Amino acid sequence: MTLDALPLGKTARIAAVDWSALVPEEARRLRALGLEEGANVMIAHRGVLGGRDPIAITVGRMTVAVRRAHASAMTVEFLERVSI
Amino acid sequence: MSRPRKVALVGNPNAGKSALFNALTGARQKIANYPGVTVERKSGRFILPTGEPVEMTDLPGAYGLDPTSPDEEVTSKVINGHFPGEAAPDVLIVVLDASNLEQHLVFAQEILALGKPTVVALNMIDLAERDGLVLDPAVLEEELGVRVIPTVAVRRRGLVELGEAVASAEARDPGPGLANLNQTERRVAAHAMADAAILSESKRHRLHARLDRMLLNPWMGPVILLVLLFVVFQAVFAWATPFADALDAGVGWLHDSVKALMPASLLRDLITEGVISGVGSVVVFLPQIVILFAFVLAMEASGYMARAAFLMDRLMARVGLSGRSFIPLLSSFACAIPGIMATRSIADPKDRLTTILIAPMMTCSARLPVYAVIIAAFIPNTNVGGGVGLQGLVLFVLYVAGVLGAMLVALVLRRSVTKGEASGFIMELPKYQLPRFKDMAIGLWQRAWIFLRRAGTIIFTVTVVLWVLLNFPQAKPGESQVDASIAGKLANGLAVVVEPIGFNRDMALALIPAMAAREVAVSSLATTYAVDAGDNEDQQAAELGQQLRSRWTLPTALAFLAWFVFAPQCMSTIAVTRRETNGWKWPAFMLAYLFGLAYVAAGATYWVAVAAGL
Repeated sequence: MTLDALPLGKTARIAAVDWSALVPEEARRLRALGLEEGANVMIAHRGVLGGRDPIAITVGRMTVAVRRAHASAMTVEFLERVSI
Repeated sequence: MSRPRKVALVGNPNAGKSALFNALTGARQKIANYPGVTVERKSGRFILPTGEPVEMTDLPGAYGLDPTSPDEEVTSKVINGHFPGEAAPDVLIVVLDASNLEQHLVFAQEILALGKPTVVALNMIDLAERDGLVLDPAVLEEELGVRVIPTVAVRRRGLVELGEAVASAEARDPGPGLANLNQTERRVAAHAMADAAILSESKRHRLHARLDRMLLNPWMGPVILLVLLFVVFQAVFAWATPFADALDAGVGWLHDSVKALMPASLLRDLITEGVISGVGSVVVFLPQIVILFAFVLAMEASGYMARAAFLMDRLMARVGLSGRSFIPLLSSFACAIPGIMATRSIADPKDRLTTILIAPMMTCSARLPVYAVIIAAFIPNTNVGGGVGLQGLVLFVLYVAGVLGAMLVALVLRRSVTKGEASGFIMELPKYQLPRFKDMAIGLWQRAWIFLRRAGTIIFTVTVVLWVLLNFPQAKPGESQVDASIAGKLANGLAVVVEPIGFNRDMALALIPAMAAREVAVSSLATTYAVDAGDNEDQQAAELGQQLRSRWTLPTALAFLAWFVFAPQCMSTIAVTRRETNGWKWPAFMLAYLFGLAYVAAGATYWVAVAAGL
């Protein structure tokens, strides 16, 4: 499953990121914000209009807004009983 | 000692760097640009507890030394001493958000690996405590190998200790220093350090999450944003009026006093009609700009602005922009100048350029006087139903026309001139915070000063040049000064060009000074029609209205309004665009396309109106 398909409020771990699908600067920025392999993430909010884009992701103690296009490059796996 | 030592604040965005900088340096700050780039350089003086003054700079917030935006590039170059004409800082203060250690320690390690004299400020420790975190700075000192000082910038907590640590930082044995890790290793290490430094952690404060649930709610969020925007507009246009009137009266008083004091001469006319009236006509917008910026600063300081960007991103994405463009465009409703300056926060250069190019289409406050006069003269004050007046409706349509035009142009530009990778939207949503009065006051003062300085330089110069154009050569007796002047001759040439879109020569003449400041078009028309300018402005406007009605047809008036939706941007906008884009290419492009649009829009309006028999 990719991150953009993660249900609201469910925690998951980023298992893999297809960095080649992202613009280099944006890939660097995502990494700098902690959105990379091994990070525990949760979708906190989805956008307003059609497509529910962008999405707000909780990673660590931060909330980061990204577009669905970024999230769809990230493969996630569910975590059991782990809080972030 | 030749120069004061340099100390630089560095850290992630939202670490509370600016608040710490304000607390350390007070209100006496120097704001300039780093040469060649449009990144703000903020510096000030800080006296160490030893009595030694040091030069403190607030480097732009960055997530790493490998830059992803112009801001980060400056930070990276300055720290490494690679920025031309900018000496490398002697001591670095790494600012960490105490409640977000595992994120902020990543960049901190990168800085510390450079081996420069460094002190760590464990900032906003009070908010971390409020969130139920108990931290041990000693553990961090052990791990990082440098002094770690808990600070609360807004309460001046820890500032003396921070100063002492800075004073002794260079003498301190650097120790083995931190290993040079890669990004992933640093993140793992940051997690370990944060875990070790956090002594206890109670259930996290859910205030932010609760606020976000409301403000980012798919239904409520946009409604709240709309209400807020409505209040902002109301404030900018209604609350500012008494202050603007007072300023206007002050300018009028100065004008009359100087006129009474000096003997009649060309010099007196230059000072009163040129300098005081010209510069004064721009300065009266100061209250609007201050009020707008009070809202913008409060929205930024509270963390709401990032949420507004989040809510607007989808709409902006439709025309190829991102939520980040929302803030500059909102500012442009007061004035395009601060709006264009606010585009600096947009990381993607193509995105930023597009936003700059469409910013002048947001109806700035300087167009209001023009709209007001023309609407009052030509649009009947009738009710179109539901308590909505026709005049107000026309004004609203003019605003909407500007916004729609801007969106269409953005769409076209993103597919042609500023074509590029689909711009993304990646933005940290910072924690909510109550804005601090002192930080707001400093921010407002800086904006106001930038605006006034511009009025004193660029607008002053343009005003004087226009005055000269309007007054030379001197008219012979019996001849109109306007007809005889260089500007009058220019207008004759211009009239040929604008005749096809329904403009007459007087309007062509008004367009020339409107280049300096749009609202001057009104006073220029007034002068041209030789209205006997009394003390009463309403009366003057009313008389001008009668003059206009007797000389212009309705299609002409509508064409004039359509023209002002798009075209005559002021010189200051061109100047600021030149500075922000580092050259004449883009301001020239902007000038050309906006004039083109205005010409087409005015022409279409005129001919449609004529065909409709108006």
